[in-house]
Order: sequence, then C-alpha cells, then structure tokens
Amino acid sequence: MADSVWLIPAFPLAGFAVLIIDRRRRARRWSGWLASGAMAGAFAASVAVFADLLGRPAEDRRVTTSLFEWVPVGDLQVDAGFLADPLSVTMALFVTGVGLLIHLYSIGYMAGDERFQTYFAYLNLFAFSMLVLVLGDNLLVTFAGWEGVGACSYLLISFWFGDEANAVAGKKAFVTNRVGDWGFMVAIFVAFAATGSVAYLDLFEAAGDLPAVTATAVALLLFVAAAGKSAQFPLQLWLPDAMAGPTPVSALIHAATMVTAGVYLLVRVNPVLDAAADWAPGLIAWVGAATALLAALAAVAQNDIKKVLAYSTISQLGYMVLAAGTGAYVAAVFHMVTHAFFKALLFLGAGSVIHAMGGDQDMRGYGGLAKLMPVTASTFAVGWLAIAGVPPFSGFWSKDEILAYAFDRHPALWAVGFATAVITAFYMSRLVFMTFFGSSRWGSDRHPHESPPVMTAPLVVLAGAALVSGGLNLPFAGSLHFLGHWLEPSLFGHEAHLGLGAGAQWLLGLIAVAGAVAGIGAASAFYRNGRADPALVERPVLARAFGYDSAVARFAGGPGRRGFEGVAAFDSAVVDGAVDGAGRLVQAGGERLRRFQSGFVRSYAAIVGVGAVALLFWFLTRSSL
Amino acid sequence: MMAQIGPVAAPAVDWAGLGPVLALALGAVVAIMVRTLARRLPDWVDWAWTALVAAAAAGAAVSLWGRVGAEGPFNAVGDQFGVDRFSLLVTAVIAVSVMLVAPVLHGFCQREGWSGPEIYVLMLLSAAGGVVMAGANDLVVLFLGLEILSIPAYVLAARNLARIQSLEAGLKYFVLGAFSSAFLLYGIALVYGSTGTTNLVGIRDYLSRWVVLSDAMLLAGLALLLVGLGFKVAAVPFHAWVPDVYQGAPTPVVAFMASAVKTAGFAAVIRVFVVAFDLRSGDWQPAVYALAVVTLLTGAVLAVVQRDVKRMLAYSSIAHAGFVLVGVQAASGRGTAAAVFYLAAYSVLVIGSFSVLAAVSGPGDSRTGLDDLRGLNSRRPALALGFTVLLLAQAGVPLTSGFVAKFEIIAAAVDARSFWLAVVAMVSAVVAAFLYLRIMVAVYSSPDGGDGAGDAEESAEPLAVPVLTGLVVAATVAVTVGVGVLPSVLHDLARDAIPALVAAG
Repeated sequence: MADSVWLIPAFPLAGFAVLIIDRRRRARRWSGWLASGAMAGAFAASVAVFADLLGRPAEDRRVTTSLFEWVPVGDLQVDAGFLADPLSVTMALFVTGVGLLIHLYSIGYMAGDERFQTYFAYLNLFAFSMLVLVLGDNLLVTFAGWEGVGACSYLLISFWFGDEANAVAGKKAFVTNRVGDWGFMVAIFVAFAATGSVAYLDLFEAAGDLPAVTATAVALLLFVAAAGKSAQFPLQLWLPDAMAGPTPVSALIHAATMVTAGVYLLVRVNPVLDAAADWAPGLIAWVGAATALLAALAAVAQNDIKKVLAYSTISQLGYMVLAAGTGAYVAAVFHMVTHAFFKALLFLGAGSVIHAMGGDQDMRGYGGLAKLMPVTASTFAVGWLAIAGVPPFSGFWSKDEILAYAFDRHPALWAVGFATAVITAFYMSRLVFMTFFGSSRWGSDRHPHESPPVMTAPLVVLAGAALVSGGLNLPFAGSLHFLGHWLEPSLFGHEAHLGLGAGAQWLLGLIAVAGAVAGIGAASAFYRNGRADPALVERPVLARAFGYDSAVARFAGGPGRRGFEGVAAFDSAVVDGAVDGAGRLVQAGGERLRRFQSGFVRSYAAIVGVGAVALLFWFLTRSSL
Repeated sequence: MMAQIGPVAAPAVDWAGLGPVLALALGAVVAIMVRTLARRLPDWVDWAWTALVAAAAAGAAVSLWGRVGAEGPFNAVGDQFGVDRFSLLVTAVIAVSVMLVAPVLHGFCQREGWSGPEIYVLMLLSAAGGVVMAGANDLVVLFLGLEILSIPAYVLAARNLARIQSLEAGLKYFVLGAFSSAFLLYGIALVYGSTGTTNLVGIRDYLSRWVVLSDAMLLAGLALLLVGLGFKVAAVPFHAWVPDVYQGAPTPVVAFMASAVKTAGFAAVIRVFVVAFDLRSGDWQPAVYALAVVTLLTGAVLAVVQRDVKRMLAYSSIAHAGFVLVGVQAASGRGTAAAVFYLAAYSVLVIGSFSVLAAVSGPGDSRTGLDDLRGLNSRRPALALGFTVLLLAQAGVPLTSGFVAKFEIIAAAVDARSFWLAVVAMVSAVVAAFLYLRIMVAVYSSPDGGDGAGDAEESAEPLAVPVLTGLVVAATVAVTVGVGVLPSVLHDLARDAIPALVAAG
C-alpha cells in the first residue's frame, strides 16, 4: 500500500476536477458531500499507508515511489515522486482527518452561499496541494505543493472578494508569502548546486559532508520560507488579516494545516539543520520564542474573536519553531498534531458562535452564550483547557515537552516560553468568559441558537481528539513515547537528547500547571468577577500588535511606494517602450515585407532564384578552388 | 547484342522492412479499386479504411522499432532504403497525421458535398512518398519519394473545384514545386559528378576517405540540394508558395501538408545534411544558420500582419519550420532528437488547429478571416477552449507540448554553442505569441467587435461541428497537454530515433 501513496492526493484532485468542470445547477447540491467524500477517500488511503508502514520493521519505513520523470534537464533530474515515511504519513493523516471534519462542517457553514461549489472546489484543491507538499520526495515537488497551498490560501482568504478588505487581505497574504517563497527557491538552487540533487534522501546523505557554510545557508533560507508560511517574525503580519476568509478556511488553512507547513519543512530537513553552524538552530529557536511571546501579548487586547485566535495561532506556531530550533523535532510534530486538533476545534467553535450571532465577530457583543449553545460551549471548553495547558488535555503534554527541551537548551528560552504559556491561559480564558459566560450583551434583535448537527458533530469529534491526543507521547516512561519511536526513521538520530532528570521534569510540569491556573485565575478576576478593570491589560499598543503592521504599511506606502513607482516608471518607459517599439517595428517591417508577397508565381520564382544564388555564392566561397 | 547485357542482380529485399510503405501504397490501390467496383458503399468507408491503413503502417513501424532495437538498423532494399529508428519515428508521425486528418476530411467532404475515395487515396499515396523519403539511402530514391509525396499534394491543394483560390493554389504549388525539383535534381547531379555516387552511404564513405581538392562542384551540389529541400520545408526565401497554398487549399489538406509533408521534408534534410554530409557540416551549418534566422523572423513578423487565420497559421508554420532548422543546424544527435520531437509535437498541434478551422470555415471553406472567428466562444465553448489550448501550445506556453518542443530546440542550440540563434528563436517565439493571442482575443470576443458575450448569444448561429472533427480536436488537445505534462515518453522516443546509414552487407 505504501507504493500507492499517490492515491492520497489523487482523491482531492479528482474531487477538484469534478467540481470545477461540472457547473450544472444540480451539481451544486451534492458538491459539499462530494468534496467531503474525496477527503474521506484520502483519509482512508492515509490510514492504509500508515498501517502498511506500521507493519514493517522500523528501518524499512521509508518508501519512495516515482510517478514519472518530471524535469529531465541535463544534470537536473527530478521525478514527480512521493516519500512515505513516518513524518509525511503523520502529516497526511492529520491533514486528511482534520480536513475531512472541516469539509463536513463547511457544508453547514457555507449553506446558501452563492459560490458554494467553487468553495468546495478550492478546498479540495487546497487539500491536494497540501498533500503534495507533505508527501513530495524532493524539494521541488514540495515547492510545487507549497505554491499550490499559497494560491489556494489567496483564493480562499479573498473568497468573498465583493468586500474590498477581503481582497486586500488575500493580496497581503500572497505578497508576504512571496518573501518566504524566495527563500525556498534560493535554498533549492543552493542545495542543487552543492549536492547535485534536490531529492530529500540524496540531500540528507550528502548533508553530513556539506561545508558548514553551505548547510547554514540552506538551513536559514529554508527558515525564511518557513517564517513566511508559518507566520513567524518578521513575516507574521499576514495571518491576522487572513481571517477575512470564511471561518472553516481559517480553521483548516490558517490554523491546522497550511501554516504548519513551515514547521514541517524544518523538521523534514533536520539533517541539514544538524549540519549547519550551531548558531543557526539557535536563531530559529529564539525567533520562535520571541514570536510566541509577542503574538500572545497581542492576543490579549483583541476584541475580534477570530483575531484572538489568529494571534494565538502565530504564538503556538512560535512554540513549534522553538521546538524545531532546539532539536526537539518530536515535540514540534507532537504540538503540531495536538494544535491541529484543538485550534481547529476553537476556530470551528468560533465559527459556530459567529454563525449564531449573524456574522458579528466582536466579542464585546457576546456573553452568556453557554446556555444557548451547549454543544458549542462544552466542546469549546475542551479546546480552551487544552491550549491553556491544563492536564490531562492534549496541549499540556505537547507544550510541556517543548518547554522541557527549551529549558535544557537555555533557561532564558524556557522563561519566554513559560511567560507565553501564562499569557495564553489568560487570553483564552478572557475569550471564553467574554463569549460564553456573564450576561448577554447583544441586542434583542439577535436570536442565537445552536448550530445544525453537520456543524456540531465535527466539534464533538475534534473535542475528543483534543482531549486524548496527549496520549500520543506521554513523558512518564520511554515505552509511552509512541510518537517519538514512530518518527525515529525520519529523524536520522538528530533528535536532541533531553538531559533533564525525572525530578526536574516533574518540577517544570508543576510550574507550568501553576502558571496555567494563574492565567485562568487572573482572567477570571478581570472578566468574570469584575474585580479589576480590563483596560489595565488591554493596552492600545497590544491591540495594534506593537504597531509593526502599521509601520510596515507606512514604509510600504511611503518610501517603499516611491521606490516601486520609480521601478514602475522605468518599466513603462524603458521596458515597455522597448517592447512597444519592437511591436511597431514588427508591424512596419511586416507591412514592408508583405509587398514581396504579390501573388504572382513569377515573383515567387524570382525569390527562390535569389535565394538559390545566395546559397550558391556562400557555398562557393567555401570552395577550395 | 543480348549477350552483352549481364544479368541484373536483383537486390535483396527485406519485405518486412518495407511494411509501412507497402501498407500505405497497397491500401491506396485497394481503396480506389474497391470503390470503383462497389460504388454503393457508404462514404464513411473511405475515411475508416484510410485510418485503418495508416494505423497498419504505424503498427508496422512500431514492430520494426522493436526489431531495430534488437538487431540494429538494416537495409530493406539493397543499399537503397534503410530502416532505422529515425525513419520509423518519422513514419509513425506521418501515419498518425493521416489517421488524424482522415476523420476531419470526412466531415469536411460531407459538408462540401464531395464524394469518392480520390482525396483519401491521394493522401495515402503522398504519405507513402513521405515514408520513402524518411528511409531513403540514395539521393535518387529520395527524389522519387519527394515526387510521390508532392504530386498528390498538388492535386489535393486544387481539390476544391468550386473555389478559384484552391485551383490557383494547386497551380502555384505545382509550378513552383517543379521549379524547386529542378534545383534538387541538378544538385543530385552535381554531387554525383564530384563523388561518383548518389548513394548516401557511398557519399559519406567517399568523403571520409578522400579529400576533395577541387570541391566547387560538390559545394554547388550541396547548395542546390538545400534549395530543393528548403522549398519542401518552407524555409525562407523558398517559402513564398506557403501562404497562398495554405489559404487556398481545402483546410484538412492544409493540416496534412503542415504535418506529414513538412515532417517528411525535414526527414530528408536531416538524412542528407546531418547524416550523409556530416563531415562537411562546417560548410552547410552557416547556410542553415542563416536560413533559420530569416525563416524565424520572416515567419513570425509576417504572421502578425495578416487578416486571414489560415494565412496567419501559414506564416506561423514557417516560423515553426525555422525552429526545426535550428535543431538541424546544431548538427548533433541532440539537435536531431529535438527536431524530431518538435515535428511530432507540432504535427499534432497543427492538425488540431486546422481541424478547428475546418469546422469553422463554413460551407465553401472560405470563412477563415479573423472576424469569422469572433464569437466562437459563445457558439461552441468547448471548441473555443480546445483551440485556445492548441494556440497556447503553438506559442510555447508551459505545460503544453509546444513549450517542451521549443525548450529542447533551444537547449540543443545552446549545446551547439549557437547562442545568438537561440536568442533569435526566442525573439521569434515572442513575436509569434502576439499572433496567437490575437486569434484568441477574436475567439473570445463577440461578433460585433465588443467584448460583451451577452448579446452575442442571440445573433450567433449554431455552428455544426462534425462529431469526428470534435473527437480529433479533443485527441490533439489531450496529446498536447499530455506531452506537456509528461514529456519524458516522447523525449525518450526522440532520443532513440537515431538516423543511421548502413552499408550494404
């Protein structure tokens, strides 16, 4: 079955093809179910591949299948090939699994939308691209998927392009991601120049012998790519705006799957990171930690429920990047999986609330919804406790593992991570209290109601997963490191070794729990009991996310714009001028040449004769006579 | 007296090696005899038989491909007709072209009210001549093949008796064809005069053993050979017949000429110049270089200023011929492979494009102006989409066979260090792209010249597209995109299509 790994992306591709081609009116009704069916097929195929790999001895869990020669150009031989190994299959499993749930949820959420079918076509296309990204056996195939998810992200953020703000948000995401894509492309060039191959397995084999400078360059360029996709500083500014898309899109693309592609890439190329100079992974870890902290602070002061979750996503991605930078690859993947569950759950729950509130996203107009929306509220609570780091919910285990490795690397990294955890507990509790508890703050014209079963069923499933997925990798005994053992063949022994003793780990865990409780308690004081004024923490500077976005916008709108306009002027005057001039030249030359085409056989024969004489003349000049 | 004439040694004939030629020629003879005796047969028998015969020829080529792989190239008739993978791939391209054109011709004949098998028979015979050219190991055999190819083509061009332009096309093609054949024949004579043989194996052998001290005669012969063959492949300045003939001739016939006839002509050019005269490549390369430059530029530039789509595609076919010349000029295995790849890809493309025009040209085959294409999208959206793909492929847009073909040619030119020629080829492709865009804009605009498609639907009259023509267009589009996405299959075939000259053994 591992040889048939191509089946996994084939399902959503087929779904996309059918949905985009069959535009008949009756196709609309079943389009959501068709797209979900394609995802179910992909999920089943992923499970089959997973089962196959599980049945093999650990050293055989790496299956490369080549569909066809894709780019046979000189020394550059690239196959369209897939690599099924524990890492890629883990990704495929949660991408298809969470994807399936979000597809189902969308059937309810998007009901009645004019472009219902187009929406599902895009979702399927996204799933296809994402699966190509994670399953590709070389950098170029991954890059193709990388660009594909970027394009789908753009299409879905600006799905409701009738509102200009949505279209602008889509553009912003796309343009910001281009910076990261640049890093990816140059990384491919450098890797190919240095090793003569872009296939992962060749690259990993050669990584040990690479000069440290080259390995460092590749690692950092790939980190630029990862920073773009995974919204890390300084490229994080597109993600909050990306919330302009439909909420299920935010859950699927901008929380659970696409934004983790950067982290996936870093974990995938772990031999390159290992071969790089020591400061490079350190830089990655610090960027991740800083992003986690700053984004968490910004989340505290947001009033738009989706903006809170967006900053929270950036912050959690920061954790994963921190883990990848400290060599805790298993922890990074672990947190990626648990985060996919609980963050998708939170987004879908938020979508359910927004749905109930008639599209209003401002939490100041919420309150007391727990009574009216019992399923949404209870499942949301599971997600909340998971992200806040309360045991035994999944987020506690994965976050705790990351913090342990961070402490092992440098206590300061741990301190930043811990502070982030406390703030996370605080802002998520704030969100929950403002939305579900207290008295209602909405007008009498609103009639919130629980969402239909097609939307709540995915919430229940995700809540279950968010509750128990911590069991994937429990810290208590080596035999409970299921994920760690499973991922071993993909990590080539580059996983960092945790030097902490059991006692220290217990202590760190207890401190983390205390922090989570403190964060929740503080939020309760501010937003539940009214014992403290929220204005104390909701600082304007936090609401503006430290003004980074507007500073970039000011630069781009001021000096940046003048620079671009200069380039544009050069382009229109010199480049276009040359092109237009060439066009006019062609026209004029064509008209002139046309006169020779008189229609008379004799003049045609004369042209042939002239040509013959010219050729004779040339050949005879070559003659030795 | 009789005693003085010795016994004529019958050459050893390998009949299997002649399979494709025999299939085409015998198929043509059977068709005309059966149809003369049994007049009541329905019309569809003609195209079906033609396609079947062509498929048999292609099948024979495929089986020979395997044999050549196992045993190496061999001669089929004495040392006159060779069978190698190059000639076999060219044979297959010609046969497939016939298979694709025959169904389109059927729909066309029905619309025009033509009956009778002649047009199919002529096409089969012409294709047989092309196959002979592809395998010719002797200049005389090559000339024979060329005439067998050309004479039916003259008649085909003039087949539309109701249209004066068609008659004019046939006559022009014939007169100029005869003119250029004279050059070719004179060239053969001069080569014979200086080397003592017309056999390509012998010529190469001679040139490799002897240094020709006074080689004026040989070089003049080469020049005249290049004129004669340059006419067939429509290299500038021997191209002047192309626009008039393409515009006048029945549209499916043009599809045949632009694919099979052109491919056969290039097969001959490669056989003679790249293979037989490879030792004199220093002499002919610069000449072909110059021809390629003027062909690329003239074709692209003149295509842009036309108003008739058939004429546009005629000039664009000249530009395409320029591309193939770039591959020939490289005078290398890679260049030959690129040229064969280009010819195979382009044959499919151009048949698809002219099939669309054959459907659009309306009764009388005269509505081929740019304005006649306006509103095609609202009349037949699927046809418009297929046409768009084919035009994009002609322009060389990635993910189509046209891109890969152009890429291979330019890579071969760079490989041969002909950098400026590669630049000229790219410039030509850019200029020609404007032309294809112009056609596409017409296809997607409304008949009254605006770009609104709303009111076009009322005025648009339904366009009857024969099912078979539609299927051919769909097939060519599928191949075009298929080769564009998965070039490696055709790439490997072209790489293995190595021409060979085998001495009689």
